Amino acid sequence: MDIKKGIAVSPGVSIGKCLIIDSEDYRIPRRQIDASQRMGEVQRVRNAFRDAVVELTELEQAQDDTAGGRIKDIFAVHLRFLRDRRLRKRVTDLVFDESVTAEYAVVTVFHEIAAHFTSVKDSYISERADDIYDLERRLLKLLLGSKREDLARLREEVVVVARELSPTQTAGFNKAFVRGIASDAGGRTSHAAIVARSLGIPAVVALEDLTEIVRGGDNVIVDGNRGLVIVNPDDETLQQYETYSADFVALEHRLDTIREKPAVTRDGVKITLLGNIEFPDEAEMILEKGGEGIGLYRTEFLYLNRPTEPTEEEHYRAYAQTIGVLKDRPIVFRTVDLGADKYTQRKRFAPEPNPFLGLRSIRLCLQNLAMFKTQLRAILRASVLGPVKVMFPLITNLQELMQAKMILHDVMEDLDEESIAYNRDIDVGIMVETPSAALTASTLARESDFFSIGTNDLTQYTLAVDRGNELVSTLYSPADPAVLRLIRTVIQDAYKAQIDLSVCGETASEPEYVMILLGMGVRTLSLAAPLIPEIKEMIRSVTIEECNSLTRKVLAMNSERQISSYIRSAARKVLPEAF
Amino acid sequence: MSAGDKILETVVRETTVQIKNGDGLHMRPAMQFVDLASQFDCEITVSSGRTEADGKSIMHMSMLAATYGTQLKIRAAGPQAQEALDALRELVEVRMFDEPPPKPNENQPQ
Repeated sequence: MDIKKGIAVSPGVSIGKCLIIDSEDYRIPRRQIDASQRMGEVQRVRNAFRDAVVELTELEQAQDDTAGGRIKDIFAVHLRFLRDRRLRKRVTDLVFDESVTAEYAVVTVFHEIAAHFTSVKDSYISERADDIYDLERRLLKLLLGSKREDLARLREEVVVVARELSPTQTAGFNKAFVRGIASDAGGRTSHAAIVARSLGIPAVVALEDLTEIVRGGDNVIVDGNRGLVIVNPDDETLQQYETYSADFVALEHRLDTIREKPAVTRDGVKITLLGNIEFPDEAEMILEKGGEGIGLYRTEFLYLNRPTEPTEEEHYRAYAQTIGVLKDRPIVFRTVDLGADKYTQRKRFAPEPNPFLGLRSIRLCLQNLAMFKTQLRAILRASVLGPVKVMFPLITNLQELMQAKMILHDVMEDLDEESIAYNRDIDVGIMVETPSAALTASTLARESDFFSIGTNDLTQYTLAVDRGNELVSTLYSPADPAVLRLIRTVIQDAYKAQIDLSVCGETASEPEYVMILLGMGVRTLSLAAPLIPEIKEMIRSVTIEECNSLTRKVLAMNSERQISSYIRSAARKVLPEAF
Repeated sequence: MSAGDKILETVVRETTVQIKNGDGLHMRPAMQFVDLASQFDCEITVSSGRTEADGKSIMHMSMLAATYGTQLKIRAAGPQAQEALDALRELVEVRMFDEPPPKPNENQPQ
């Protein structure tokens, strides 16, 4: 039994067999497997060799004869290697003798061969190492690719263990079968965390070397309440957790009963609770959990897992589908927030050295007008179907906002010319998630119909902390006095300008932040659907008077530690069951 | 050519050839060798010094890293042993893998 401590990012407890996901970008660690899994891994090796032969044969045939024999020779040589029984046997023998995964065996054998060539003095021969690495990459791509497909075809419940989960990987999950997530890297706001919360499954991140300890098929407990992952638990631990897990399910059921009740404080102030969605099929869950609309419709999913950009029709269909589910409830469509992630970096000729400060989000859109206009057209066309709003992410100055609005007006004119219907008075708002936007909120408010505070990015940019870097992620806290002061500024400026304001970052879904947010004047929260009942229960347990008094005290405090412990203990007093 | 053995009706033949093309047994020649060796019904073992290789495996043959002038001992065992040796000798020493000999003052034989 191994117990690893990480950061709890999505509540709940799950117990299940683990499935390890490799990432192409990382070294393949030595992965022991059980003797019983060896035949399966040997078959994976054979399939990879077979599929690589098919791939290469197609490539070889596609070569023009006139291009000279050189390239054809290279393909021919590679094909001989892939058909070489001695080579394949060396790989499968390693899988068998040392009980390791197909990927590990391929990497080991090909590196041995490449090392042999590199050691030869004759340069003509030593350059063969490149051919060997080329073959290795081809096989690994097939092996890892087939695993990704396996994820989409999951037929049994698993706990997913990964070094780091990318948006592309999670988009490919068959979500019905993923019971929990655990990752080596990441923080509270990493992608794995967001996805886990939106699916309502437990998750623990920042486990450092979990993927080195765990073997595929191990029994794993993910304790998303205490931030623990237990590998191969003993009987006693397993029993404790089965009881604990049942208690947690009971709490969930209790929360379900408040679904129909309004989100009103004890002294009668109505709070609006909206949902954040990552994928369109989560829209139903927002209504099931008592959400009153969608405060953040992330549109990035449309761009993932595909070689080309989505068409206007694809955008429109996805939006129309969600509007159909929500009926007359409001939906805020955030324009695409790509960049600073693998999806865009991989497409770049040279990856940006500092992507979070680079070409991302609205900046990417303003430099790719065709892509931006396609999405805006689809949102505008959908605006006649229901109460739709549009929101621009990562605005850092007035000029960007004016530019984005100008492009929106260009698109409106195009639609006018084509006599296509849309809502001319569509609300246009911005995410306030950079310190510069927060500090100039009074100016930006004059050009916005609403603000939505994105506390994740606002915290990371204010505190200069990469939220996904486990070495510094403990410094990341929205309870930092600097962040709270910026949030208060934004709220006050929105009030003065009389525009709508909501909070859609992760803090909106954490019970301990409810009182401080309400105390600073927030009346609309947008959060992941599964957490709506808990936040609603918290709201129903407090008075605005209590929140205001807490906020006055907190804003006079100077340290993050003091603030976070104070708001946590206050929240615990109000609603002990939530902690 | 050495004398053939007869063990349990298996014909075994052995010969030694020398690499004569300038670039040695790099990838393409290794491929030609393996392709030719694979056409014969016999096992083919090629050794260079103490290293032994399966003459039908491109991984083994290329890992011999035989440069110009290297002596290779070829051993064939099976019904077509003699035909295999004749064909392989012709490929290595006469056709020289369809490649030129070394340029003057380069790669002198050891």
